[in-house]
Amino acid sequence: MLVVEGVTKIYPGRRGRPDVAALKGVSLTVGRRESVGLVGESGSGKTTLTRCILGLERPTAGRILVDGKDIATLPAAEMQRLRSRVQIVFQDPYASLNPRMTAHDIVAEPMIIHRDTLGLDARRRTDRVAELLDLVGLGAQHLHRYPHEFSGGQRQRIGIARALAVNPELIVLDEPTSALDVSVQAQVLNLLHDLQQRFSLGYLFISHDLGVIRYVCDRVSLIYRGEIVEEGPAEALFAGPRSEYGRMLLGAMPDPDPDRSPFR
Amino acid sequence: MSAVAGNIPSSAAAARLQNWRRGLYRFRQSWLSVVGLAIVVLLLVAAIAGPWLVPYPEHVAGGINTGARFKPPSAQHWFGTNELGQDVLSLVVAGSRVSLLAGLAVVTLAAIVGTVVGAVAGYVGRWVDEALMRFTDLMLTLPSLILAMAVAAALGPGIANMVFAIVLSWWPGFARLVRGEVMARKEEVYVQAARALGASAPRILFRHILPNIVSPIIVKASLDMGFAILTVASLGFVGIGVKPPTPEWGVLLSLARGYLPDYWWTAIFPGCAIFLAVFAFNLLGDGLRDVLDPRARR
Repeated sequence: MLVVEGVTKIYPGRRGRPDVAALKGVSLTVGRRESVGLVGESGSGKTTLTRCILGLERPTAGRILVDGKDIATLPAAEMQRLRSRVQIVFQDPYASLNPRMTAHDIVAEPMIIHRDTLGLDARRRTDRVAELLDLVGLGAQHLHRYPHEFSGGQRQRIGIARALAVNPELIVLDEPTSALDVSVQAQVLNLLHDLQQRFSLGYLFISHDLGVIRYVCDRVSLIYRGEIVEEGPAEALFAGPRSEYGRMLLGAMPDPDPDRSPFR
Repeated sequence: MSAVAGNIPSSAAAARLQNWRRGLYRFRQSWLSVVGLAIVVLLLVAAIAGPWLVPYPEHVAGGINTGARFKPPSAQHWFGTNELGQDVLSLVVAGSRVSLLAGLAVVTLAAIVGTVVGAVAGYVGRWVDEALMRFTDLMLTLPSLILAMAVAAALGPGIANMVFAIVLSWWPGFARLVRGEVMARKEEVYVQAARALGASAPRILFRHILPNIVSPIIVKASLDMGFAILTVASLGFVGIGVKPPTPEWGVLLSLARGYLPDYWWTAIFPGCAIFLAVFAFNLLGDGLRDVLDPRARR
């Protein structure tokens, strides 16, 4: 479904400063119905990789294939069609929704942009928006409200509904729960899990929270300073990490068992 | 705000109504902005209904009454009469139409031109931004009075030419404001989201960026309104804008200059009208800023 092959991104240094290599030959794949976790700290290149996958940024080297097609060489019309198959849910539900648009307009927008592919008229779009809001646990009474009238968790549900609007096959989840309260995090994670089962979605789940990754992901890649340092099934990582960075991350993970807590 | 925050709007119209109520509440928090709005409304009424309100409409049309020259304010002529025996109140009220219309035309046209230039420069960036903004800076260096004189000399005097000349030196302020706002909004996550969705550049500009920056544009426009009226009056005063016998505040002031201080009423009342208009639009602009731009609230 999504194949990232040896992607390198170098930002040229300005005013005599050296070039910055944000990504150094990163490769990963996400299959249909598969959840792949991408774990790394701030500045490790997670965001740059997302921007490359969404076509907001062009890799310096390497290829990104969606359904076997290189997104760098696609003609504009086909790229547009392809955009509807890969969607994203952003980290901050406060910043990612236009404050001047109602929930209805936010969720309907992808359908308007991709109306050639979807072929929905205004009335059917509204029906679908109501259906999508219902799917993510919001009601018809929320249709005409503005983002500031929602809680963080509700906003993130709107963000998820927007991502689902164009029937994507792959959703990039860019730390979708890190800005939410812990109790709300669990609800959103469960929602994401249900939606994946229901619509056979592929997830690229970006996070630095190993607990969340363990709960959601089949496979995990660890990224450190622009390089993938470990890649494999999630259980294998949690059973015995092979890389130095993996061991460090697991060592830093808080243990939910109070009997083994260092604070006892 | 808590008085209206709890209600749940059931439709788009109700949501809009609720936002309106909230805005109105914030506006009323400051009595000065209410005063400003009241004066602006009064001026608008004078501008629209002036011809039917004034006691001596024939004087507005240019009629004179040599038998009643320089009469001081009285019950018959509240603001007195001028050197031609015309009723000053009638002229001042009629003058509001010219001043407000010219001011409104200047600000509206400048806002439109400035928004287009600023939005293109801020959104496209790179050399387009460089080129447009250097041109904007160049226009900003031209003083509007001198430019207006040049235009009057080249195209001849008249209201339309005067408005054109003022707009020529007025739009750069809007262009710089809009450019800065567009550049800031361009980096917002919701704009990135729209771009990742494949939204076109016009769609991003008109649906996502511009709706989020109309507030500062409207605030600047209302604050500029007073200053634009002042500029129009200045040009009328020096004799290159509106020409007599059209009753315009600057023109009235200029004609009265020669009869000071003995016949003070011929100058004081047009002067007060200018002062009141500038003052009112500034108060209104401040009030609007409190409503539309909550970040700038004190």
